[in-house]
Amino acid sequence: MTAPPRVVVVGAGPAGARAALAAARGGIRVVLVDGEPRVGGQYHRHPLAEPGSRRLHPLERSVVAQPRIEHLSRATVWALEAGPRPGSHLVHLQQGSADAAGRTQRTLVADALVLCTGAYDRVLPFPGWELPGVVTAGAARALAVGQRTAVGRRVVVSGTGPFLLPAAVSLLTAGSRVAGVYEAGKPSRWLRNLPAALRDGGPALLAELASYAGALARHRVPCRSRRAVVAAHGDGRVEAVTVARLDARWGVVPGSERVIAPVDALCVGYGFLPQLELPLAAGCLVRDGRVVVDARQATSAPGVYAAGEVTGVAGPVAAAAEGELAGLAAAADLSRACVPAREAAAAARVRAGRRFAAALEETYPIREGWRSRLTEDTLVCRCEEVTYGQLRDAVTDRGADAMRTIKLTCRVGLGACQGRICGRNAADLVAGLLGRPPADTLATDRRPLAHPVRLGDLASGPDGPPATC
Amino acid sequence: MRVLGEGVDVVVVGGGIVGAACAEALTRRGVRVLLAERGPLAGQTTARGDGRLLISDKPPGPGLTLAMASLRRWPLLLAALREELGPARAACEYERKGGLAVAVRAEEAAALRELAAAQRSAGADARELTPDEAIGREPHLTPAVRAAVHYPEDARLQPVLAATALLAAVRARGGEIRTGVHVLSVLTGADGWVVGVQTPDGPLPCGAVVNAGGPRAGTLAEAAGASLPVLPRYGTVLVTAPLPPGTVRHTVHGTVAGGPPVVVGAAPGGQVLISSGRRRAGADEALRADDLRALARCTAALFPVLAGVPVLRAYGGFHPGTPDGLPVIGEDPRHPGLWHAAGHAGAGVALAAATGELLGQLFTGEPPLVDPEPFRVARPGLGLAEEENRCP
Ligand SMILES: Cc1cc2nc3c(=O)[nH]c(=O)nc-3n(C[C@H](O)[C@H](O)[C@H](O)COP(=O)(O)OP(=O)(O)OC[C@H]3O[C@@H](n4cnc5c(N)ncnc54)[C@H](O)[C@@H]3O)c2cc1C
Ligand SMILES: Cc1cc2nc3c(=O)[nH]c(=O)nc-3n(C[C@H](O)[C@H](O)[C@H](O)COP(=O)(O)OP(=O)(O)OC[C@H]3O[C@@H](n4cnc5c(N)ncnc54)[C@H](O)[C@@H]3O)c2cc1C
Repeated sequence: MTAPPRVVVVGAGPAGARAALAAARGGIRVVLVDGEPRVGGQYHRHPLAEPGSRRLHPLERSVVAQPRIEHLSRATVWALEAGPRPGSHLVHLQQGSADAAGRTQRTLVADALVLCTGAYDRVLPFPGWELPGVVTAGAARALAVGQRTAVGRRVVVSGTGPFLLPAAVSLLTAGSRVAGVYEAGKPSRWLRNLPAALRDGGPALLAELASYAGALARHRVPCRSRRAVVAAHGDGRVEAVTVARLDARWGVVPGSERVIAPVDALCVGYGFLPQLELPLAAGCLVRDGRVVVDARQATSAPGVYAAGEVTGVAGPVAAAAEGELAGLAAAADLSRACVPAREAAAAARVRAGRRFAAALEETYPIREGWRSRLTEDTLVCRCEEVTYGQLRDAVTDRGADAMRTIKLTCRVGLGACQGRICGRNAADLVAGLLGRPPADTLATDRRPLAHPVRLGDLASGPDGPPATC
Repeated sequence: MRVLGEGVDVVVVGGGIVGAACAEALTRRGVRVLLAERGPLAGQTTARGDGRLLISDKPPGPGLTLAMASLRRWPLLLAALREELGPARAACEYERKGGLAVAVRAEEAAALRELAAAQRSAGADARELTPDEAIGREPHLTPAVRAAVHYPEDARLQPVLAATALLAAVRARGGEIRTGVHVLSVLTGADGWVVGVQTPDGPLPCGAVVNAGGPRAGTLAEAAGASLPVLPRYGTVLVTAPLPPGTVRHTVHGTVAGGPPVVVGAAPGGQVLISSGRRRAGADEALRADDLRALARCTAALFPVLAGVPVLRAYGGFHPGTPDGLPVIGEDPRHPGLWHAAGHAGAGVALAAATGELLGQLFTGEPPLVDPEPFRVARPGLGLAEEENRCP
């Protein structure tokens, strides 16, 4: 093949944008693919209200100014396949608005692939979580920042992790009253690690968190730890929630339940789950729900690198450092011209990010007590309306002992979200029922079709690898 | 059959739909069974199957005969399980929705009519429809349809539910089911008879072994020193978002414009499952975008209404195929005490009910429900060397 090598970066968040810039500066052609209209990912959310104004933030400006980067926006990768050369991949994508048929189908050949698909927020089920008005903290923040719309007038925030704070602040900014922020964990343990956290997370991040805490205090928002919303109530919509004190295992302390009413929205977030379908489709090794990478962000699959929250959650600064390193490594491996000094500098920041991620995980673990809140009728899977009782029967009555067969036995994870919301929770519940993790915990993350494609669009696609590669 | 003082009468290797059906048929006859499965129950090919119980796609011959017997056997078997286990534990979404084979091009229309006539003379219920009648039964079918045949006996069930229900009956009768047990080889005594199977945790004594290893049945046979040509062929499935009831009413299969034959049918939840009649040889498990596109093209041509529908899921799996397209059911003459129930290709779910029954009957010496000859290991169609086939 005489064409110059090309890197395809999937995901244009902090990690992907940095990866594209680093590879392009290394002299390599880059295609940066993202399903969203603009560069920035989850962190740099854009107000969509004024599309005409197109004020670019710095990351976006750098991408636009870099001639070797082709940015495909509103372009969703729906499948990966082995490419014509060892280590190369075919990247199948569709471009255009998700709401309409007739999205353009395209296939790129990637000589190296950098997967920066980020993460999405996790929700743990509890009685009433299916009521309209119960949303993820991430969705509430996206709505508030992206569309300047509040999910409700009187809102409760509950879950675990530092992300609850910016989510709550974004609600205040959008005009909501926040009736309380309930953190299930005990982040005061964080203080013990403060010096290390300062070093690894960077002072900017901690200052940011402090500013959120300050904003919540100014608005007199009650913020409590070791507490969580354990039930939501309402007739056709959330109208009240029950908050309870939690013991160390996250079991409800008896008698501590208290109803908060009225509320018209509840935001829930229990940390983040990496978006694994593309790494799994590329054959990357995944451990503990994260893509395994080496010291240069290379995955176990030849020609595939991963960066950002797919490898673990440590915030946007760490994601950007990983992206930079992945972009440098991909470019160096393709052109055999490595820039050791830059790689070393990026690698040092990446190591700090990894330590910070580990500290985050240690401070905000998910405790198994959440499972005890589920009753016979609590929904586990909202799309297919599968209750906990049905999931349990699949395991105990039918003897189904793997996620793949449990899915087919009780339909958990077979609906519109394809297990993105419920898959991990179901796997955890099954582990509790079996007394061991199911053999194929990742079955609910494996989606060879990474995104829905309309049948007619699929039919219109080009056959074979593209002529120009 | 030999009865051993120690151990069970039979070790069934494989907890897919075929192994489950064999274990059910054997335990119903009072045979003591241990089912050994290396992975999760019903987790391999059976978890990939669409669960279509079809005679429509079978040309006349022993395959059609076995399919007709099996399609008639399934509702009886399920009724008995319901009786034994109660409705909830026996439920498996069985639905006799009927099949429709359609053709669009003139030469395919002629071939379809010919096939239906031959199936009819073999005793199958295959009713020719006019294009108008076909569209009356299946309103969203392309108006270009030229020939159609209705198969009222075609049905559908959910293979994992069916397998787990069969296994529940096995357990209820005292049969033992063990997962995580990889059968490495078959052990024989001084007289050449089976005395057990070898596992990483030691031997399991038994008087006979049923090889129901699906696409890996050949591997176990090989380890037992009796090669069996069961080869994997990869097939692909697309699943759409749920559609309003009645969008696709039958299991419809057809070929359009030189594409692969496609089979289109709705699950109880309204999702439409689309699978290909064309399969790729070899052990390569990767999904190919071109295969998905070819499937999509044919489906959109058969059902133009589906063009706007999102495909939510795609997956594939290995069909355990044999050279002559027929399963292998019966004792291996080269290896007394080793039985096979394997090589069911793309119809193992459909054929499981009759397969288990036939194996049970042959095992206990009852008259068989179909002629077992065409399914014997020693038939010429398997292409096993002459001297390998000779009886000891
Ligand atoms: C909803 C949400 C809100 C967040 N808000 C904050 C916050 O306020 N403060 C904070 O510190 N951290 C926040 N985080 C954490 C934040 O995600 C990270 O710190 C940072 O954005 C991670 O960067 P990333 O590049 O790894 O992933 P992301 O920023 O998530 O970028 C991933 C990108 O990949 C794209 N993508 C994924 N799959 C495909 C595909 N198949 N085809 C095409 N494109 C694809 C997505 O569209 C997305 O743009 C938030 C996370 C989420 C999920
Ligand atoms: C995509 C697809 C669609 C299909 N659609 C249909 C359909 O609509 N209708 C239909 O009738 N059929 C269909 N089929 C075919 C059908 O699924 C198979 O024929 C059937 O499932 C085979 O069942 P089995 O029990 O023989 O194999 P499997 O389900 O594969 O079971 C064999 C089991 O044996 C175990 N095993 C193997 N070796 C050992 C060992 N040495 N020790 C212990 N355990 C072992 C395996 O782990 C496995 O669980 C389809 C197949 C595919 C791939």
